[in-house]
Amino acid sequence: MSNLLTWKEVPKGAFLEKPGNAADYETGDWRSIKPVWIAENCIQCFRCWVYCPDAAIMTKDKKMIGIDYKHCKGCGICANECPAKPKALEMINESDSGDN
Amino acid sequence: MQEKIALTGNEAMALAMKQINPDVVAAYPITPATEIVQIFSDYVSNGLVKTEFVTVESEHSAMSATLGASASGVRAMTATSSQGLAFMWEVLYIAASYQLPIVMPVVNRALSGPINIHGDHSDTMGARDSGWLQIYSENTQEAYDNLIQAVRIAEHPDVLLPTMVMMDGFIISHAMENLEILSDQDVQKFVGEFKHHRPALLDLDNPITVGPLALYDYYMEFKRQQAEAMRTCKPVILQVAQEYAELTGRKYGLYEGYKLDDADLAIVVLSSTAGTAKVVVDELREQGVKAGLLKLRVFRPFPYEELAQALSGRKAIAVLDRADGFSAFGGALFNEIRSAMYDVKDRPLIVDYIFGLGGRDVNLDHIRKVYADLAEIAKTGQAAQLVSYLGVRE
Ligand code: SF4
Ligand code: SF4
Repeated sequence: MSNLLTWKEVPKGAFLEKPGNAADYETGDWRSIKPVWIAENCIQCFRCWVYCPDAAIMTKDKKMIGIDYKHCKGCGICANECPAKPKALEMINESDSGDN
Repeated sequence: MQEKIALTGNEAMALAMKQINPDVVAAYPITPATEIVQIFSDYVSNGLVKTEFVTVESEHSAMSATLGASASGVRAMTATSSQGLAFMWEVLYIAASYQLPIVMPVVNRALSGPINIHGDHSDTMGARDSGWLQIYSENTQEAYDNLIQAVRIAEHPDVLLPTMVMMDGFIISHAMENLEILSDQDVQKFVGEFKHHRPALLDLDNPITVGPLALYDYYMEFKRQQAEAMRTCKPVILQVAQEYAELTGRKYGLYEGYKLDDADLAIVVLSSTAGTAKVVVDELREQGVKAGLLKLRVFRPFPYEELAQALSGRKAIAVLDRADGFSAFGGALFNEIRSAMYDVKDRPLIVDYIFGLGGRDVNLDHIRKVYADLAEIAKTGQAAQLVSYLGVRE
């Protein structure tokens, strides 16, 4: 919690001078299961990107490059929709992930 | 230059609003506050104010529109009473948490049920912890003066909190009294131009977010900050009162002590009943009884240190609550006064009287009885009853 603002630092009346700052608001810690991307299986169809109800599929140069775990809620929709065989997205338990 | 005229409380509030000349007023009528915005809407139609007047379909909308206007960076006001205030409830808290300097006259009236249109304090006492400043007025003059001062207090950069200014329904709102009024120019000069102390919603070049989500990681910091704003506004209230006294000769504080300094027996009360009690204090003083009165003007922020100091040294105190708390332990004013007195050395006995509910008359005999009870309490060192009802049929 060390990078969070104190009560003396938060903007008065919660008037936020930097709008659209949801990207800075880390909401990934609600998750109990998480998608793991297996790059070699990925066919770059972007279905996960289309279906993700958050904006947690990361892309670069028109390529899917992984999951934004700071915002992914672990809903599993991406893994469900992934058409690759074998799947390029697999859901695992957070407790088994060994990180985060 | 001041002029002496006769006005009802509602007329005086409407006149003060005209002289403040707010940018936006969004309002919905409710007895006994209807006249305030009705008279004000005449000023709007006759071009006497620059105000954008928004007629809305409910008090919830009135407060929402006022909130939106205030957040957009202009001076915004509304007025209400009783059920209207209750219907604003949800938005009252939001206005306070956004720290918007909305100023609102509230004409105190009982809450339903049974349905009642007359004066008691159950409406604003219910809103006492909504985060608004609360200033209570004894008479028409005070209602007028308090409303003008409230604009300066609410908009002060150290405060930026919404403020409600009260007067008793019908007793003051519909009774005609003499008062001294300022010229429009003097009021305009006193309240000054509305200043932006932070970004506003309608600044398109610098977009902002108002009303964000803040969960367990931020909500508490915002609430702590809001509480601090309430804690730090006492000096501002006193500074504004000082400047107002220089302009008008009328002095205001956080409370008014009436023959209190050497009093043995003291009553603590809000609003118009203080006027009745002063008559009894004078009467008792003539008989050699050391009676005194504390009329609380600023209930929020609650000036507990000042009250403890003013009330220490009394032998017995009666708090008069014009709203029941249904806590089984008296009204809100009683609870807070008793709490404030806990740290006082040799603290006096303090009792509570619930009175005047739904406009029930409180007359000189009622107040005489309270002082007689206090004399007995001071003599015996004990109170027969901590909380009792004044003027109810037993
Ligand atoms: S699990 Fe849900 S939230 Fe996370 S990346 Fe997949 S679709 Fe998006
Ligand atoms: S849905 Fe599966 S295959 Fe398609 S881009 Fe996402 S991870 Fe790759």
